[in-house]
Amino acid sequence: MSTPTTVLFDAPGPKARVRHLIIAIAGLVLLLLLLGLVVRGLANPRNNQLTAEKWTPFLQGSTWLDYLLPGLLSTLKAAGLAIVLSLVLGILLGIGRLSTIRVVSVACGIFVEFFRSVPVLVMMLFAYYFALYVLHLAGNQPFFGVVVGLVFYNASVIAELIRSGVGSLPRGQREAGLAIGLTESQAMWSILLPQAITAMLPSLISQLVVVLKDTALGYIIGYYDLVRGGQTFSTNFGNLIPTMLVMAAMYIVINYTLTRIAHAVERSLQRRGRAGGEPDESLPGELTQPPVVTQL
Amino acid sequence: MGDLAELISRYHVVLAFWMTIKLTVFGGLGALIIGTLIAIFRVSPINVLRWFGAGYVNIIRNTPLTLIVFFFAFGVLNTLSVSLADPNSPNSIAENNFRWGVVALSVYHASFVAEALRSGVNTVPQGQAEAARAIGLSFFPSLTQIILPQAFRGAIAPLGNTLVALTKNTTVVSTIGVAEISYQMKNMIEFSPQLLYAIFLLVAVCFVVLTLPVGALFTYLSRRLAVQR
Repeated sequence: MSTPTTVLFDAPGPKARVRHLIIAIAGLVLLLLLLGLVVRGLANPRNNQLTAEKWTPFLQGSTWLDYLLPGLLSTLKAAGLAIVLSLVLGILLGIGRLSTIRVVSVACGIFVEFFRSVPVLVMMLFAYYFALYVLHLAGNQPFFGVVVGLVFYNASVIAELIRSGVGSLPRGQREAGLAIGLTESQAMWSILLPQAITAMLPSLISQLVVVLKDTALGYIIGYYDLVRGGQTFSTNFGNLIPTMLVMAAMYIVINYTLTRIAHAVERSLQRRGRAGGEPDESLPGELTQPPVVTQL
Repeated sequence: MGDLAELISRYHVVLAFWMTIKLTVFGGLGALIIGTLIAIFRVSPINVLRWFGAGYVNIIRNTPLTLIVFFFAFGVLNTLSVSLADPNSPNSIAENNFRWGVVALSVYHASFVAEALRSGVNTVPQGQAEAARAIGLSFFPSLTQIILPQAFRGAIAPLGNTLVALTKNTTVVSTIGVAEISYQMKNMIEFSPQLLYAIFLLVAVCFVVLTLPVGALFTYLSRRLAVQR
């Protein structure tokens, strides 16, 4: 937003520039004051969080090798497996919902709507106890719980993405496919689906961010993810707040990178003029906007 | 079925459901207020405020809610002992957890509200702002009287999505011991594992009952209130 595109305000004249400068400085001072308050809170004599011994552990290799990196690795492992499985299930569900066979489309619709309304954590708890009491998975039930909980929810979201992606394609695409003698399902798999997935690629990538963030819920069912690793580590040194700040920074860096990639893909798709149906709308992110906000 | 009814009264499921609703309502209000402020910052002519708004959205949106909840509960409340409840009150711990939980939910979802509103601002045609400028309104009046009312109407669908997500995300607050419905779900399953499916269905139906009407209402509103152009 360095060059605002709104016409909410004129190019500032000399007076307005002075006024903006004053407000900017006032805002900065307020921000610094707030920051100062936080720092004073962190550095209070009873419980100083800014002392060197709370931060130096992050310079030791063992901190990263024994706690944070294994945690990050299992976070990535669960997220990776979950996204692959939910892509497969989501594409199947999305196509199922568009199926011309009524029973299939209704069943897929109910499945998608149900699992979209159930919180990921509730699903994770269920899958965890299911693995514990029914499947008797020794020791692996947290991993099972995290992955299954994530897959059911995100597959439903991806199914909706696929459906709106197919819906955004011009009708002629399917008709042309049928006209050259393809069957409904051939037209779906070789004409509509590839275009829908391309159009929905930015949203699919931002869904990765959601999956990655939601793996942190695994902490609650005892999965050894980044949050759990950081917490275990921080009990040794009594430095919970520094650890949380470091963990947040790790999440932010990864997720922000993914978001940037999603935007870059979106822009390059728009340049190729294949960002779905109506590229003439004034809002560039129109097509991807609802799904991008849906998930969180 | 009798077993399930006994469990429901034993673990105060109705109260827990009520707690979920309370978290949703208060969290939603907080998120709406903070999010609107951040959205105003993001379209303001002052670059410091714009940077602050963008920074807030980028930082908060990319952090897991679990971590934010922990930060307020273990960091701010326990380590820095900033209390939001009367320390002499008999259930000050529960009150504190609830209030900090609401703060965490508000702070997290505010970034999504801000993004929804910004997309709403983008749906308002340039001509509206130009007309407002032409009749002599300055930034703040043109924003609050011309742009934002239309932006809210254009942003109803994403705002509804955020509210639905907020409803579901209230479950995360169970991590810090707020007795909402997923917290009791865990207790119930551990007490009587043989009712696993029934308990899951009960909780799932509670959420379906909460989120489906809200989603439908917002879809209806977004059609009903959309600015005709």
